[in-house]
Amino acid sequence: MASANQPGAHKRPLSPHLQIWRWGPAMLVSILHRVTGSGLSLVGLAVLLWWLGALVSGPEAYATFEGVMGSPIGLFVLVGLTWAFFQHLCTGLRHFVLDIGAGYELETNARWSVITIVASVLLTAGTWAFILAR
Amino acid sequence: MGNGTSIGRVRGLGSAHSGASNWLQERFTGLASMIVSLYLLFSLLMLPSLNYQTVKAWISQPLPATAMVLFVVVNFWHARSGLRVVIEDYQHDSSKLFYLVALDFAAIAGGAFGVLSLIRLALGA
Repeated sequence: MASANQPGAHKRPLSPHLQIWRWGPAMLVSILHRVTGSGLSLVGLAVLLWWLGALVSGPEAYATFEGVMGSPIGLFVLVGLTWAFFQHLCTGLRHFVLDIGAGYELETNARWSVITIVASVLLTAGTWAFILAR
Repeated sequence: MGNGTSIGRVRGLGSAHSGASNWLQERFTGLASMIVSLYLLFSLLMLPSLNYQTVKAWISQPLPATAMVLFVVVNFWHARSGLRVVIEDYQHDSSKLFYLVALDFAAIAGGAFGVLSLIRLALGA
């Protein structure tokens, strides 16, 4: 903390973080929202720009992109991005509800947190089942 | 006004009047991102194939091209808003300013590359 380095300032206790609290559904989806959002920003947008750049560059560049994305590692990244998108979408919608001041009761909060996880897994499985079944 | 803790130094100064700006941008771009992202997902799933010719023919049309420009702008804006909060939460020393400026540069550069690529495709690259 900046203030802790100021001359004359006392070392003040910091708020305990992830490793201190007992894990619960609300805490899990809260950190998942941040992790998936960061992943989509750093990895997802990079894949997006590569895809658009390959489309502009021509068939050969696009074939390279297809080759990498069709490899086991590429598919792992794409499935991961699909899951991250759906998880971030579900927890994003959860945040809209929390922003209007609703859904803070312990049971309600835990239930909707679990629902976002179940929904993101089902939507990811459904999306890839649709792609693979084509 | 005190000089010890960070809250002591700002107490009594009143509101900065710009505190809610990034918070609101995060929400509005998040809502917009949901719309354009679902549009892209459904469009790709509905295409008969994802090969070069099919995707290029699709993305060059006026409506998909417009939606994809919005997709790029909205998602880079949303990523910038979200990552800004992440940096502010974890970087407390003077390196914070460096990370925030680097983030803005990267977001604008990435968005510019995406939009330019889409314009070239729409105009027949």
